[in-house]
Amino acid sequence: MAHEAVIGLECHIQLKTRSKMFCGCPAEFGAAPNANTCPVCLGLPGALPVGNRAAVDAALRLGLALGSGIRRESVFARKHYFYPDMPKNFQITQYDQPLCEGGALPVRIGETLRLFELIRVHVEEDTGKSFHPERYGDRQISRVDFNRAGVPLLELVTRPVFREPAECAAFLTALRRLVRWLGISDGDMEKGQLRCDANVSIRPTGTEALGTKTELKNLNSIKGVEKGLTAEIARQRQVVEGGGRIEQATLLYDADHDKLAVMRSKEHAHDYRYFPEPDLPVLRIEPAWLSAAGEALPELPWARAERLAGQYGLPAYDAAILCDQRELADYYEALVGEGVDPKKASNWIMTEMLRHLKTAAVGVAQWQRHVPVGHFAFVIKSVETAQATATNAKGVLDELFQHGGDPATIYVERGIKATSSTDELLPLVRAVIEENAGPVAQYLGGKTATLGFLVGQVMKKSGGQAVPQTVRELLESELAKRAAPR
Amino acid sequence: MSAAREAWRLSATALAARVRAGELTAVEAVESGWEGPGAEWEADVRAVAHADAAARRAGADAAGGRAGSGALLGVPVLVKDNLCTVDYPTTCASRILAGYRSPYDATVITRLRSAGAVVTGKGNMDEFAMGSSTEFSCYGPTRNPFDRERVPGGSSGGPAAAVAYGLCPIGLGSDTGGSVRQPAAFCGVFGLKPTYGRLSRYGLVAFGSSLDQVGIFARHAGDAAAAYAALAGPDPYDATTRLTPAPDVSAWDQGVRGLRFGWPANLWREGVEREVIEGLEEAAGWLERAGATRVPLEFLPGGYGVATYYLVATAEASSNLARFDGVRYGFRHTDSPDVRALYTRTRSEGFGPEVQRRILLGTYALSAGYYDAYYLMAQRARTRIRREYEAAFARCDVLLMPAAPTLPFRLGEKTDDPLSMYLSDIFTIGANLAGIPGLTAPVGLTAANGRPALPRAVQLLGPDDSEPRLLAAGRVIEVRGDAKRLDGKHETEFTWPTKR
Repeated sequence: MAHEAVIGLECHIQLKTRSKMFCGCPAEFGAAPNANTCPVCLGLPGALPVGNRAAVDAALRLGLALGSGIRRESVFARKHYFYPDMPKNFQITQYDQPLCEGGALPVRIGETLRLFELIRVHVEEDTGKSFHPERYGDRQISRVDFNRAGVPLLELVTRPVFREPAECAAFLTALRRLVRWLGISDGDMEKGQLRCDANVSIRPTGTEALGTKTELKNLNSIKGVEKGLTAEIARQRQVVEGGGRIEQATLLYDADHDKLAVMRSKEHAHDYRYFPEPDLPVLRIEPAWLSAAGEALPELPWARAERLAGQYGLPAYDAAILCDQRELADYYEALVGEGVDPKKASNWIMTEMLRHLKTAAVGVAQWQRHVPVGHFAFVIKSVETAQATATNAKGVLDELFQHGGDPATIYVERGIKATSSTDELLPLVRAVIEENAGPVAQYLGGKTATLGFLVGQVMKKSGGQAVPQTVRELLESELAKRAAPR
Repeated sequence: MSAAREAWRLSATALAARVRAGELTAVEAVESGWEGPGAEWEADVRAVAHADAAARRAGADAAGGRAGSGALLGVPVLVKDNLCTVDYPTTCASRILAGYRSPYDATVITRLRSAGAVVTGKGNMDEFAMGSSTEFSCYGPTRNPFDRERVPGGSSGGPAAAVAYGLCPIGLGSDTGGSVRQPAAFCGVFGLKPTYGRLSRYGLVAFGSSLDQVGIFARHAGDAAAAYAALAGPDPYDATTRLTPAPDVSAWDQGVRGLRFGWPANLWREGVEREVIEGLEEAAGWLERAGATRVPLEFLPGGYGVATYYLVATAEASSNLARFDGVRYGFRHTDSPDVRALYTRTRSEGFGPEVQRRILLGTYALSAGYYDAYYLMAQRARTRIRREYEAAFARCDVLLMPAAPTLPFRLGEKTDDPLSMYLSDIFTIGANLAGIPGLTAPVGLTAANGRPALPRAVQLLGPDDSEPRLLAAGRVIEVRGDAKRLDGKHETEFTWPTKR
């Protein structure tokens, strides 16, 4: 019997607010251990939490973007378990009355736009970080850094809507894009800004009932999520097909060795003893707050991709890539606003700009500092208006990206212009034909592909200024004269 | 010289006035209580958990340096050992916090200091405020100054006893189920539990967060009003404080003409000692003499009050006390093979038996499968209790009722019987469940009936923010209903305990 997998994800998004969820300590990453702490986030006796409005704002933004229902009154709750990196031995989170319920994330997979439904999004605090075990003299010790304790998190829980690990990877990629797009998190999984646990079970294909699930933790990259799930689904299939039964358990995935280890079995499941946090009032979202959050919401990536395709006549593929990052889409539209042809602008961004960004491993902001929209538009237009060849324009773009500067000045300094004048080019064409007897013979012998090489030689001689199309035409007519008369 | 020596007899407001006028130094004001009554009583009563002459002196010097200002300038205050102070240990009378020093002052401590008051030490208490006798302290019991064979009440027994015997005119305690009002009654002093959310809980080591409220002990109604005025009001560090300004209590000496006080005699039909009832009758007479009207009414705020209280309080306590695990501060069991053993051993040895009992009760009440039946049910009952109080306050302005069903009981009398100990809170827990304010007012002593004369007291309860009228009624009781002596300028003589 064939089995299909059923997967649900639980994602944690670390918010990039200035201060922590329940105190005024900086929420920043990278300070000296325990530097960003105070009585509240250390859980000292007598300390009390006070909610961070900016974090709730971020949660509202995400909830609204996902089309979730926003509770006008949601409740913080305490979730209890003992662990040294949790200062109060309970975590302040939300339980039966979360801020956001329902909603869905649209994810483009191949040609289709899938809607992955959510159960909830709620606000909570992060724990500290344990480092263990370490040698200390003749003992093994653990150390705890509480800088992260109390940093605001959003927990997002999906319905069990995934059937394939690849769908989960696509979902996470889209979620990462969204939180960055909304400016609420950097969403870097390697830095723990986006974390993912997965619940997975299998069932005979075509049946409805859910099988016994296992929970996968420690999936700290998108690739890791895909690989871990693939491994776990394979394990479950093997167990079931071998006549065994799946035991409910929490598993840790070791990405380095592609191995799963049992963290705790059902018998050791926690009783978290949730109850409403008595130190915090009910979280009331006044209508004015909600509408302000709605108005502050940017055009969402999937809507913007659709608009770009429609408004500028771009292929869906181009629009999707341009909407990978909000800054990129902004840059694109600004470029078009400078009078650049929309499809040409898209081509230049996708081929030139993104190639540079990838090679240099930098972001749009960095590019923009060196190549303001106006400068990029100047370069592209110089080609369109045949003032420069694409080759030379790309060279200038390279220079701009590396060192900045004004393209108009660089054009003058380099003496760049585009030449299609027969008077100027014909001597060069003839010279190239004289100097390349071999290739010429090949061409005349029927190997027409050699023409490209000859065009290149002429271009070189012209200092990149010859317009390739003109060169090609001149070469063809000159070579035709040399062909043996039939 | 003699004025400085006798300064401890003064009310807080009179003491502050002399310090402001330069007739006394803050140091004299603070040390007078230690040199006179402190030397005479403290060794027997043991009201103080942490004393520190140097810290006291530094506090008095800091207050003295502000010359001329401060409603409580130079006034010594013994504060319960569960209020965080930077200059004294804060241990909640528990081994698990042995030697713990808070890096910050509780908000009420900051406000005390900015009013010029001086923390004169930390008061003894039942461990983590769990108890009604101040016998469950790792420092040993505090005794009642009126009869040292008897308890001072609890859990804030230390500050109550200290204010009664004269160490300081004002004390701070905490009241989760009566822990200020019941010891105030047992020690013959005023005890005010404000409306929930009026005094900041920031820096009060939490027991039952939704019930806890910092409370004030004083020998005079006017002093309680002065302390309330200095402490109450919104605190950005406590999200449960009310955002509106605290009610103005400056009319505490304006009498009770026209006040309707509820007289729920059904409450003391049985199970309440005769002397307690006599005290109620006497106080009612004084209120009537001052122009108030008695409104007899049936009032039974649920037979389930104690059950509700012990579910809510223990559930919250089990959560609040989870942080005491030996990992970051306080006592740690040193010989543990792993972190689980460290937790278990630290908590088993660090917490006393009553605290462990309540943690277990609360953990059980919150457990999966029991939550709905216990905690959730208790919250529903709580809403109902609050409505019952609201209904009563539709018919009267305040309720006059006992603070405790008995006079101070003997040491050891109830320590082995938790349930009877819990029942000594029966008249006080309602105010915590409903979030309303309450005031204990002393009504003088019983006759010496083959035992030392013991304090009697009544409790006044009112709706949210009724502190002004509770204090005004308290003042009327203080002056035995004599309208001519209501004015704050009249120093009233306090009923002091006497050495046998």
